[in-house]
Amino acid sequence: MKRIALFTVCLSLLFPIACARKTAQDSVPDLSKNYPSAYGDTLVQGTIADPAILNPVLASDSASHEVTGLVFNGLLRYDKDLNLEGELAERWDVSADGKVITFHLRKNITFHDGQPLTAQDVQFTLETYLNPNVKTAYRSNYTSIAKSQALDDYTFRVWYKEPFSPALQSLAGMAILPKHLLGGKDINTADDFNQHPIGSGPYIFKSWKRTESVTLEANPNYFEGRPCIQRLVYRVIPDMSVQFLEMQNGALDTMTLTPNQFNREGSQKAFLNRFNKYRYSSPQYTYLGFNLKNPIFQDVRVRKAMALAINRQALVDSVLEGLGTIGTGPYTPTSWAYPADAKPLPYDPEAAKQLLKEAGFTYSPAGKLMKDGKPFTFTILTNQGNLNREQTATIIQSQLKAIGMDVQIRIIAWTSLLSEFINKRKFDALIMGWSLGVDPDLYDIWHSTKIGEFEFNVVSYANPKVDQLLIEGRKTFDPKKRIAIYRQVHQLIAADLPYVFLYVPDSLVAMHRRVLNIKPEKAGIGYNFIKWFVPKEFQKYPEQVQ
Amino acid sequence: MFAGKIRYTLATMTHFVLRRLLLSIPILFGITLITFAIVHLTPGGFTAVQMEMNPTVSPDSIARLRELYGLDRPWPEQYAHWVGRLAQLDFGRSFVDQRPVLDKIADRLPATLLLSGLSMLAIFLLAIPLGVFSAMHPNTRTDHSITIITFIGYSIPTFWLALLCMLFFGVVLNWLPISGLRSVNHEFLGPMGKLWDYTSHLILPVFISAFGGVASISRYTRGNMLEVVRQDYIRTALAKGLPPQRVYYVHALRNAMLPILTILGLSLPGLIGGSFIFETIFAWPGMGRLAYESALSFDYPTIMGIAVIGAILTLLGNLLADLLYAWADPRIRL
Repeated sequence: MKRIALFTVCLSLLFPIACARKTAQDSVPDLSKNYPSAYGDTLVQGTIADPAILNPVLASDSASHEVTGLVFNGLLRYDKDLNLEGELAERWDVSADGKVITFHLRKNITFHDGQPLTAQDVQFTLETYLNPNVKTAYRSNYTSIAKSQALDDYTFRVWYKEPFSPALQSLAGMAILPKHLLGGKDINTADDFNQHPIGSGPYIFKSWKRTESVTLEANPNYFEGRPCIQRLVYRVIPDMSVQFLEMQNGALDTMTLTPNQFNREGSQKAFLNRFNKYRYSSPQYTYLGFNLKNPIFQDVRVRKAMALAINRQALVDSVLEGLGTIGTGPYTPTSWAYPADAKPLPYDPEAAKQLLKEAGFTYSPAGKLMKDGKPFTFTILTNQGNLNREQTATIIQSQLKAIGMDVQIRIIAWTSLLSEFINKRKFDALIMGWSLGVDPDLYDIWHSTKIGEFEFNVVSYANPKVDQLLIEGRKTFDPKKRIAIYRQVHQLIAADLPYVFLYVPDSLVAMHRRVLNIKPEKAGIGYNFIKWFVPKEFQKYPEQVQ
Repeated sequence: MFAGKIRYTLATMTHFVLRRLLLSIPILFGITLITFAIVHLTPGGFTAVQMEMNPTVSPDSIARLRELYGLDRPWPEQYAHWVGRLAQLDFGRSFVDQRPVLDKIADRLPATLLLSGLSMLAIFLLAIPLGVFSAMHPNTRTDHSITIITFIGYSIPTFWLALLCMLFFGVVLNWLPISGLRSVNHEFLGPMGKLWDYTSHLILPVFISAFGGVASISRYTRGNMLEVVRQDYIRTALAKGLPPQRVYYVHALRNAMLPILTILGLSLPGLIGGSFIFETIFAWPGMGRLAYESALSFDYPTIMGIAVIGAILTLLGNLLADLLYAWADPRIRL
């Protein structure tokens, strides 16, 4: 008691001072004016984790891929509307049967050490991924390739065993490594390269202070022109609230915000005077998934009743503080496969009860849902350390209680949850999430054969029509035909309700106002990073321009 | 005769140290076996952390990776393999970033030693005078105030105090940097600028970690001191007319400090251990975070490397404590 009183005293002493004093005011551009694009300045970005290894073949953490994404190039990439466009390849053609893909490389591209990038490097990179001794997590992305060859220095061709349209995404994502630096070496232990990567991308790797920061510098010879922002520093700050203090202190220019930071501290005038906030939908969603092997979930009316009884808008409003949208099916709104007219089921607990009665359930005098004399009860599992999922589980528990269901919650450490429950399919229901790629191929998650241990159809969903569409979608290259196929997939899965698709969170970013030319699109904000700039008179770190 | 006695003592000392060192080997062996067994029996594994349930990583790739890392074999076999390599002083490479484990530890040690060394120094410099002062004026208002303040320091959650100080000194006053070891523009500073950069980054972490540690050392000092001043030889010294200052600060303090030496020896592993929560809050590139992160990512080689080094230092620390004690207190020699 005494201790609490002392805390309060300390707090109440500090806070008036905190409110009375103003933080240093940065000068920021007047957004109504037009500023000419300028080179220079440093952008300091907060990140919660240190990259593990700066070799995109070996890295499996997002912090590493974020850095290597700027140091290396792929053959193709996605533009602001998430359509494929050439990056290293100026164009590409797919044979009529869909089995042969030919890439025509740009001729003016060099690695950061001045050596030209050719089709030999592309061939080398692909061989590296396929080498069984390389410790890569992505090998099987390329195992359906029958043969690949550099036809000449600027033409690269791959032959697939089957027509396979998602190949373009996996080939696009292949970061091209320099053969002249890695050829003949064991890439797993090539420490010099893996800690000091040399690519062809818009930024040159400069330095890496382990667990402190990674510094990149603009590539003056980049084939699309020198990036405007001269230096980019990733600062590792594991705690989100400390990151926010660093922003206010002026030591960080940009960070990802939590919904709470976005809505509360981030809405104060002092913050908005110095920072812009950006909000855009992200290609990920959280779901409540049912183990369809469990007899109690096999009746679609039961699953639909649960979907009707869960107030998903309330979940978005409380868990995401309103910063997200309701899920309607296996695609999220930024995907081109997302049907524009998709509508979530309404929140209607009365209809849910009606549906359950139709399915043969009765209510006990105490209001419990019963069938054949047994109460309807199940356990939701989710992983520890994800507060959003824990809160979601609790809210769902109380909402399903309103229609008489007895729901238990178990929160289990991530690795145990995977190895002991999900991989062994020992669960009733799960709250989990998926982060999706741009290509709409969802074969691995929804095809009825993908139900083995470690495979991703964890709920054992099986619908022959969906199976057939998923296979057709993989063999079709024409985007229009694919859209039609995947929109059907979306509707079919949404109607079958193997998951209740709960919500799609928004990405929330704060950025110092001196950085201009940021335009949120479907792809987020990073797609035109090399064109972001700080007007000369507002540059914060001018002395460091070479 | 006197020289003979020293030689005798030295010989027994050497014998004692050697015996202790030899005894440490089976203990070390046991520690690694238990640690290895525990981390391998924990459900999950390296591939579960980032790769399983990641739609871009297929089960085949994971199976191949487990094979490459030797994770598909039974753990006793993996342990034998690990011990075999350790015998050649090869700690192996981390699963997460493929770097040699010793490099990873060497990266983190300087920052950890700097912070824990300075905060240990601050703790002793603050706590011993406070403890002596309290003992000299027991149960006065000053004594009680010191007790209360040091216990507040002991009880306040570090992360909370840290956030509050960051807000006040970093954001409100804008005097000090908030976290990290140095600024992003560190390499562009002159030599004095660099020194101030390091110093300013150290002020908050050293002060806050010391604030929490002062309580125990000052209580030890106070308690020992109170006990010693009740001894007959202190009364004798006072009775024969020695100035009280000299009696207390020279004769009594030296004896009261004996248990503190033991604490000093025992704190050796803590010096390199770091603290996870503290390092996370201050974005400090230390050992505590390395240990925690490698445990979370099931990075067995790194976990084992840290465990071995921690165990060796603990054993050496215990030995050092005994030796220091024997050196300072002739009564326990032999």
